[in-house]
Amino acid sequence: MYYDPFVLPFTLGLNILLIYLIIKYARWIRTFSTEDRQTIRRNIFTLKTWKAGKEVFLESLVHHKIFRINPFLGYMHLCFGLGWFLLIVIGKIESLVYHTSIFNPPYFAIFFRYFHPAKETFPGSNVFAFFMDLILLMILSGLLLAWLKRLYSKALGLKRTTRHRPFDLLILTVLWLIFPLRFLAESFTSGLRGGGSFLTHTAGDFFNSFLPIEQLSYPAWWAYSSALGLFFLLLPFSRYMHIPTEIVYIFLKNWEVRQGKHFSGISQFQLYSCSRCGICIDRCQLGSSLGMTDTQPVYFLKKLRHGKEHSILVDNCLMCGRCEAACPVDLRLNALRLTQRQEDIRITKSTYEYIRPAAAKTTAKVAYFAGCMGHLTPGVIRSMQSIFHKAGVDYTFIDEGGSICCGRPMMLSGNHHTAAIIQEKNKASLEASGAELLVTSCPICYKTFKEDYRLDMQVLHHTEYLDILLREGALHPHCSDITTVFHNPCELGRGCQVYTAPEHILQTISHRIATAYEGKDALCCGGSLANLHISPQQRLQLAEDALNAYAAYRPDVLVTACPLCKKTFSQPGSSLPVQDIAELVDGQC
Amino acid sequence: MSVIIIGAGPAGCEAAYQLAQAGEKVELIEQEAQPGGNLNNWYQLFPDRKSAQELNRQLILRLEHPNIRLHLGCMPTKIDRREGRFEVQLNDGALLTGQALLIAGGFQLFNAHRKEEYGYGIYENVITSVELENFFTNQRIQTSTGQLPKRVGFIHCVGSRDEKTCNFHCSKLCCVTAVKQAIELREILPEAEILCFYMDMRMFGPGYEEMYREAQEKYRIKFVRGRLSEASENKAKQVLIKAEDTLIGKPLKMTLDLMVLMVGMELSAGSRQLAEMTGIEKATNGFLRVKDPHFATNETNQKGIFLAGSCSSPMNLTDTLTDARSAALTIREYLKHIDL
Repeated sequence: MYYDPFVLPFTLGLNILLIYLIIKYARWIRTFSTEDRQTIRRNIFTLKTWKAGKEVFLESLVHHKIFRINPFLGYMHLCFGLGWFLLIVIGKIESLVYHTSIFNPPYFAIFFRYFHPAKETFPGSNVFAFFMDLILLMILSGLLLAWLKRLYSKALGLKRTTRHRPFDLLILTVLWLIFPLRFLAESFTSGLRGGGSFLTHTAGDFFNSFLPIEQLSYPAWWAYSSALGLFFLLLPFSRYMHIPTEIVYIFLKNWEVRQGKHFSGISQFQLYSCSRCGICIDRCQLGSSLGMTDTQPVYFLKKLRHGKEHSILVDNCLMCGRCEAACPVDLRLNALRLTQRQEDIRITKSTYEYIRPAAAKTTAKVAYFAGCMGHLTPGVIRSMQSIFHKAGVDYTFIDEGGSICCGRPMMLSGNHHTAAIIQEKNKASLEASGAELLVTSCPICYKTFKEDYRLDMQVLHHTEYLDILLREGALHPHCSDITTVFHNPCELGRGCQVYTAPEHILQTISHRIATAYEGKDALCCGGSLANLHISPQQRLQLAEDALNAYAAYRPDVLVTACPLCKKTFSQPGSSLPVQDIAELVDGQC
Repeated sequence: MSVIIIGAGPAGCEAAYQLAQAGEKVELIEQEAQPGGNLNNWYQLFPDRKSAQELNRQLILRLEHPNIRLHLGCMPTKIDRREGRFEVQLNDGALLTGQALLIAGGFQLFNAHRKEEYGYGIYENVITSVELENFFTNQRIQTSTGQLPKRVGFIHCVGSRDEKTCNFHCSKLCCVTAVKQAIELREILPEAEILCFYMDMRMFGPGYEEMYREAQEKYRIKFVRGRLSEASENKAKQVLIKAEDTLIGKPLKMTLDLMVLMVGMELSAGSRQLAEMTGIEKATNGFLRVKDPHFATNETNQKGIFLAGSCSSPMNLTDTLTDARSAALTIREYLKHIDL
């Protein structure tokens, strides 16, 4: 039996951590709704579990999403994630090859170099030693980058790095100590008894030349074990809780447990899965345009988790989804923030009694819905009518005489009850048309129609519909030299994943200039309905900055597909013309 | 001593004349081919229905003073301050020097395209208050289809007191302008129905309230308290409007043959450029900030640079001319002071 008292700090720490995690996770899972439990049961024995495993490898260990942000930042995370994982796994295999007893406690593999008499070889012992040294070297190189990131975050592609609590800085120091201590302990032992490979063996000889390693070796193992034990004890109360929690979250996510309107068990898992990497900070335009650097998800989730005051942070978010699109852990950041917004508007069904009953059924197969925002941009409505006419489409304009709001603004302010009443009213009038296809001009309506209404007809945003008309040859674009840049509205692009349709339209009818703001990286115009905190002047600043960013590509027209974006962009009085994609299509066909 | 005045609208013209009369040399710079500024676009003035062009003619006539040099079609490209003197480089190559600089860059009207829901530039029969003045000048009031309008609506506060356009301020004159224009319209169209959609009627000047009362009693203009929400167009090219009569508390729908947008005032692009060139602060309403709202209404945060007219806030012509005279006095005091 291999044992030495110095393994106690590690063993104790690990066991306490495991017990704590099991209790914590069990409590959260117990709060899952029956529906969620059924979903899990349905999906657990399917390929989804395999997919989750793959995602755990790619994201929790390799951190491949972070590589896309910056290769060095990715490498740094890979060193800690994959490096540490390999150190444990290969170490375990090594220890099993050496000593195949089932009584092989976890600490035996971790402190293998201490327990293994170096002169005693076993199959592949040199190869194992070489790989273990290589992995340790990799982790140490990652550590070097982590230091560099603290000193100068720009070197790793981050303009700003997260401001941490003192407690998190303490555990960070402990984490940073673990690997140098392992290196020292293994080197000293190697210097004393031999063993190790190119790194620890060489270092051992080197230290031996000027240090009393005989006295230092045993304390170094104590220090290494204590650092590990302390790290495990502190972990549940620090941001490193994300390491175990993220893995569970990835499985739950792949089993399709969804973040609902209310704060629930899955929210808890997400809250503790945030690694506070700070990638969301640079993505946020409230930071880059308005200098608001305390409202980003990393800080919001931190305050929420530690029960700190966060009422302004709850309201101060554009919900543009730029952070969500970049989040390496794939947290539902908008939905999480929304769970904290409180119902504050009371309406009843009678509030909308004044609305006339829905129009009679028509024979038209296509129903056009401009939406209340659409009615603020009559130019868009006019273009759509003209396009329907040119394409010979039999359509009915269902909200020509006006309508009520789709309810999404209410939802975005946390008033789900009010939104539900509005939805019910609207749904009845939409379905009364009897049309098969509903085309809307407003991405805000579009998102809620698709996600919340469960309509018995197909719903398309006019961007998608125009794309279909162009592809089918119903519209005939003429040759044009006009150059365009596309501003993908938050609710259409990141909100509803409509990316290819506008791209294709603009390629067909104009010279589309590609920008740094394509697809998921589109900017927010600043007009967002979701932000309940910023002032109109601040919105203007956001709009101006976004406009300037697009104007730098010198297009003839900035094209968007949302009445709100168009209106917001028209306020700063820029010389860059802004058009809705429908207006452009109408002009070019 | 010489003073450089930028902008030859009513404020610039009046200040130039007052300073010239007092013996100062005046360099008056105007970017347009003729002086007069926004006054050139007006037909008649409230409250006395004086001809705008008559006032303009009087103001311009006085620019023939020997102490005034007028630089038309010119814009400053660079403004430097050297040893207490301003050096203004013009785009035509001239270099002007002066001991004081007076900014009279004035206002510009709100671009009605920004309020797209009112359909300006989209619906044929939506015009702005300036375009209506133009109609009066030509004495031709007709719709896009060439007919006499039977129902005309004036929409107040377009681009004023409107959070959505980021203009929180009141432009002050649009209310009384609407009353004046409604009366003028009634004289041309005795049978038409004329309505004003307002939030508040702000009749601040002498004679204004009386005009408002007369408009209701004598000229049968209907005033509806309620802001327009949106407009659309029917096949006959009439404008369908949706509003709320907030006195009755009911939503309202109506067709108009002609809709007039009472566009508000904003700091002119020229004034904005001058502020950026000279480092003059802007107030939260977007206009240029005066040093003190009571004692230094023509001074700025920059020593030696003064303001006159509507570049510091919306003003009617009476106040603009008064402000110009006040600026002339302030500048003379300043010149005396630096003389010593």
